[in-house]
Amino acid sequence: MENTGLGLITVVLFLPMVGLTILLFLDGRTQVENIKWTAFGTSIVTFLASLLLWAGYDAGNPALQFVERMAWIPQYGISYYVGLDGLSLLLVILTTFIMPLAILSSFRSHIFEERGREKLYYIFMLLLEWAMIGVFVAQDLVVFYIFWEVTLVPMYFLIGIWGAERRIYAAIKFFLYTRAGSILMLLAVLFVGGAAGTFALPEIIAGVQSGALSFPMDGLFSTQSFLFLGFFIAFAIKVPVFPLHSWLPDAHVQAPTAGSVILAGVLLKMGTYGLVRFCLPLFPQASIEWAPIIGVLAVIGIIYGAWVSYAQTDVKKLVAYSSVSHLGFVVLGIFALNAAGISGGILQMVNHGISTGGLFLLVGMLYERRHTKAIDAYGGIWKVLPVFGGISLLITLSSMGLPGLNGFIGEFTILLGTFGSQYLGFFFALFATLGVILAAVYMLYMFQKVYMGNVTKPENENLEPLHWQEYAVLIPIVVAIIAIGLQPAPFFRTMDASVGELASQFEQPEREVVEPVIVRNAP
Amino acid sequence: MENYAQLVPLIILIPSIGAFINLFVGARLPERAVAIIGSTAAILSFVVALLLYSYLSGGGAPVVVNPPFFDGWIRVAEIDISWQMRVDTLSVTMMMLVTGVGSLIHIYSAGYMHGDPRFHRFFAYLNMFFAFMLTLVAGNNFLMMFVGWEGVGLCSFLLIGFWFDKTRGVGWRNSLAARKAFIVNRVGDFGLMTAIFLIFWTFGTLDFYRPGEIANVEYAAHHASAAADDGHAAASDHGESASAHGESAVGAEEGAHGASTGSEVVYTNNDHIPTNQLGVFGQAERFLEEHHQVDFGPFSLPIETVLVLITLFMLIGAAGKSAQIPLFVWLPDAMAGPTPVSALIHAATMVTAGVYMMVRSNVFFYEADLTSLIVTLVGVGTALVGGFIALGQWDIKRVLAYSTVSQLGFMVAAVGIGAYSAAMFHLVTHAFFKALLFLGSGSVIHGMEHGHHAVSHGHDDHHDAHHQEEFDPQDMRNMGGLRHKMPITYITYLIGTLALAGIFPLAGFWSKDEILADSWLVGLFDNNIGGYIALGGLLLAAGFTAFYMWRQVTMVFYGSPRHEAAEHAHESPPTMTIPLIALAILSIAGGFINVPSGVLGLDGIFGAHRFTDWLAQSVVHAHAADFQALIALGALGLAVGAIFLASNLYGRDRAVVNHRDPLQTMATTAPIFSFANARLYWDEIYNRLFERPFNWLGKFLADVIDWRFWHDYVHDQVIGKGFNTIARLLANPVDLGLIDGVVNGIGALTKWVSGGARRIQTGYVRTYAITLLFGVVVVIIVLMLPLINNGG
Amino acid sequence: MVQTEAYLMLSMVLFVLGTMGVLLRRSAILVFMSVELMLNATNLALAAFARQWGSENGHMFAFFIITVAAAEVAVGLALIVAIFRTKRSINIDELHQLEG
Repeated sequence: MENTGLGLITVVLFLPMVGLTILLFLDGRTQVENIKWTAFGTSIVTFLASLLLWAGYDAGNPALQFVERMAWIPQYGISYYVGLDGLSLLLVILTTFIMPLAILSSFRSHIFEERGREKLYYIFMLLLEWAMIGVFVAQDLVVFYIFWEVTLVPMYFLIGIWGAERRIYAAIKFFLYTRAGSILMLLAVLFVGGAAGTFALPEIIAGVQSGALSFPMDGLFSTQSFLFLGFFIAFAIKVPVFPLHSWLPDAHVQAPTAGSVILAGVLLKMGTYGLVRFCLPLFPQASIEWAPIIGVLAVIGIIYGAWVSYAQTDVKKLVAYSSVSHLGFVVLGIFALNAAGISGGILQMVNHGISTGGLFLLVGMLYERRHTKAIDAYGGIWKVLPVFGGISLLITLSSMGLPGLNGFIGEFTILLGTFGSQYLGFFFALFATLGVILAAVYMLYMFQKVYMGNVTKPENENLEPLHWQEYAVLIPIVVAIIAIGLQPAPFFRTMDASVGELASQFEQPEREVVEPVIVRNAP
Repeated sequence: MENYAQLVPLIILIPSIGAFINLFVGARLPERAVAIIGSTAAILSFVVALLLYSYLSGGGAPVVVNPPFFDGWIRVAEIDISWQMRVDTLSVTMMMLVTGVGSLIHIYSAGYMHGDPRFHRFFAYLNMFFAFMLTLVAGNNFLMMFVGWEGVGLCSFLLIGFWFDKTRGVGWRNSLAARKAFIVNRVGDFGLMTAIFLIFWTFGTLDFYRPGEIANVEYAAHHASAAADDGHAAASDHGESASAHGESAVGAEEGAHGASTGSEVVYTNNDHIPTNQLGVFGQAERFLEEHHQVDFGPFSLPIETVLVLITLFMLIGAAGKSAQIPLFVWLPDAMAGPTPVSALIHAATMVTAGVYMMVRSNVFFYEADLTSLIVTLVGVGTALVGGFIALGQWDIKRVLAYSTVSQLGFMVAAVGIGAYSAAMFHLVTHAFFKALLFLGSGSVIHGMEHGHHAVSHGHDDHHDAHHQEEFDPQDMRNMGGLRHKMPITYITYLIGTLALAGIFPLAGFWSKDEILADSWLVGLFDNNIGGYIALGGLLLAAGFTAFYMWRQVTMVFYGSPRHEAAEHAHESPPTMTIPLIALAILSIAGGFINVPSGVLGLDGIFGAHRFTDWLAQSVVHAHAADFQALIALGALGLAVGAIFLASNLYGRDRAVVNHRDPLQTMATTAPIFSFANARLYWDEIYNRLFERPFNWLGKFLADVIDWRFWHDYVHDQVIGKGFNTIARLLANPVDLGLIDGVVNGIGALTKWVSGGARRIQTGYVRTYAITLLFGVVVVIIVLMLPLINNGG
Repeated sequence: MVQTEAYLMLSMVLFVLGTMGVLLRRSAILVFMSVELMLNATNLALAAFARQWGSENGHMFAFFIITVAAAEVAVGLALIVAIFRTKRSINIDELHQLEG
């Protein structure tokens, strides 16, 4: 096994750990300010370091870059193996972009007035960042699995300690639900690793592509299908794909603001990332077989999530269900199994992280002022806080996919890919497009109820204007929304080669042309 | 001239800058500065549009412009969609219209919105609307058009809901109207998006035309020969501008096969371009020639069918934006916005985007007969429904709103019968006189509000606090006799009314006549049933138009004031009246851009069908209809008759008696009036049919299915409780009973056995010693055994 | 020269006497002395064999046993004193707490 030295990825990966170590030496009672700023500074430095990764990334090369590999448990073919391709890079950047915002947004949070323990909170935040970056850079199945599981722990405590009323219930449900899926994945990981004799993902994929390694696939229920499902269910729970979404509203609603932001912004992406990184290249035949079924679930999720979200009376729950709808688009794009769909899916992961993260930040800011999440408690906020209202409108519009903003690019590319997919096609795209209408319905409903109309509740008349820290949190999001909407090219370029390589596995050289059945229209 | 065409990005950039300035620093600027910034941006973009016009009218070829700094847009896999603009006669027509009328409305707004606390935001939104609307018309691909399409929808949302914070529930109603507009438009956008997907997978691109491609080959060829007749001097002059882009034609000698002027080859057709290098329309024409089968993977369709599908989905989009049946319901509610907005967005420009799109895609519509018939039916139906409902409205702006719906129906019907240039012509003239009418009504409302202020002693200056309780300044029942109070408004309004009613020689006469003549010709010569339907339906709708407009004029301006506010109303400031006058002039003269030949020698002065000719460069199937004297006279007679009837009914102060319309008092017409007044119960039907089931199902899904069943029952009860039950089962019977039983059993057995065995242990040293001795002896004997055996 | 068999006979007699003492005596001290007698019987046998074979190993073992026996005496007497202190008796028949 080659032994490459430590490089930039390890630096980015372990920077949060450095910060965490510093935090351990600070006193939780007397040095709260230092703790906050150390955590924030760490996340900023990590972000800057990850930008270096982007700068040094060669977009034309579909292979893994910045590869670092060291033997760990050589007897079993397990190694500390990290590397980046276009897909992981974007998600690493998303993670490091969201984290400073999440940390900064916690500074003035009310949760510490009641529960305190700021030191522990920021330690968990950095631990979470470490694990999330680890998930996205790991190229060894076991290392990936370990990082995947580690993310559970800090999130569990973030919800369980600093959450709302039903936090314990939500935390346990979140933990158990995810854990249940992970077990299936662990079995599949062990099976795949055992069959391949190594846990190094690129080697396994190379084996699959060259045919040296193949899992039997005949019909929907065969070895490859079960392995595929083992991974898929674990990821589907995390995403969440339609019927497995029940943990999401609980976790989102109960989590503290920063928790929801990270949950929506990054943790859910781990699921969709896993689909692209593992399910598709490892089990191409099973992916093809299952694509229509998963496509149906995704489309149901899009419409169902939107519809359910429309009927919510709690702002946070509304946003939570909107995630089900949005991620339905992502899953649909991924299982379109063509370059357009997958690229759109990946971009939409980033977009959803930014927009929905932004929405949760907005909800959090409202909550800080009014201490309620009931939609009916608001109204006319735009009049009281005009700038805040304007920013909210922009983020809302981005979330509902207004052209010119980021959400649209992703959705459009996904739908275009779905439409042209050999495995999904016209009707999937048609029904998914209905979701675009529904997005406007629920998002505008929320916007109107919260921000428009006259101020009818006296409590809303004198809301505290935005603190500069709150502006500092929102402005990067606004900038990202507009920038990606107008010029998504850098993002597409980054992932293009990697996605092209992935999608080429699913291209069938000769399309089967079915003779037309539809009669020509009358002249 | 070349440089002018390259200026087109500015037309979007300038209003964007204006919007940004006003949005971010407008709050700190005085009202006057905000108005100047906003209006300057608008006027500058008008200047850009004029430069573009001068470029094209000087013989410049249509060009495709890539804006600087925007290298590509969505470029991934096989998708390559750019930010790209097209300067051709169609887009420049729209640009001039939008920026020209829009600039007047900016100026007007400075007066109308005076004193509003969000004055700067209003101007920012208007400029933003400019930017999006111009993106819509300038885009060279469907997706860029779609950006503008939704962007103007957003501005419409913002501006309808501009007074979202009015008291007494008015603000809430405004925001509801805004939301309704957005969502109904989204339904349309769904259609347009689907059409875009179909287009992309049919043609592999979304570009209208590629650089170097000639839109209208016949036109190009025709002009090439015309240029040759003019002699070489003129031709080379044209050539200079055109050769760089290779679109215009020079040198007829070389004809259709291209000619070389200087170093470049100039083509007059697209034969040299491979099919997949053409824009969508060029490809469609090639495909039609080849009877191409479009492969969609699992199935394939003939190109004709695909075009029908595409155009049908487009029609859904157009129905949303251009307020056609079944999606027109948002437009009347959109009158909640400030009146300049109604004039700019909901009458003159944005709502015509659907028509623009259909004219832009005329190649598709021309070939899709089924769609064309449906488009005609939708247009005619909308024209009639809108006109009918307008008969029974009391709100001055609602009458105009339904009138707009009706007139948009005219344009759509014109597209349906294939009269694309007539549709554009009516679009232009309608923009003039409908903007005029809306601004006039705004002036009336402004006057009424101030009159009301004067009456209530003006002790409350706040914009929305006091005076709305009883008094509605938009209700025509409160007006009357304003002719003397507001003379300029009155005269311009009258001009607008007559233009809309189609009175010779005002703008509306020419454009309406063009549509009617075209539908007659289509019915007669192409044997197209749609033509007759259009002719009959539109004539009736034209009658409605004249009638309800005259009813309105009578109610508002004639007779004696019916409310104190009307008595104290006074003329609006010059910032408002000057745009009125300008638009009135346009309403009078606007029709002359496209006079048919042979009418009183007018074509001698203005040139015959100039506008159609101009459009033909970019609208392949543009054609001019000959003047049909009979139809023109018939329509004119109908309009005059309707006006006469209306004046008989409503004139001499009988317009409103006891807050009732004369039609209401007559037994025969009362049900008709109430039907129109209730807007055909259209909203109520939608409410029953869609809104309530949608909400109910949403609640059902959310509360029952998702929460109570899936979340609470399945997860908490079945899985959670089930887990607990099993855990308890495992803990008590299984774990304590079985597993612990086995373990304890082993323990007990051991105890029992050892209980017996312990008796061996006496504790006496002697016993142990004897045992030891015995053991030693045994061991020795065993060791000795071999010796004994050997010895034995 | 005395025959080796004679030494062995004496050693055997002494050993049997010691064994009997251990088995039959009740006083712990006498049991102890009997054990010493058995050890010394063994020593005698070892010394006799050493002389017969001319090997030093027998002497070595004898010395070992003497040393260990001395240690044993020290520990054993200490134990007996301790038992006497608690029980006020050294009758081994009274010491049967190890009874199962």
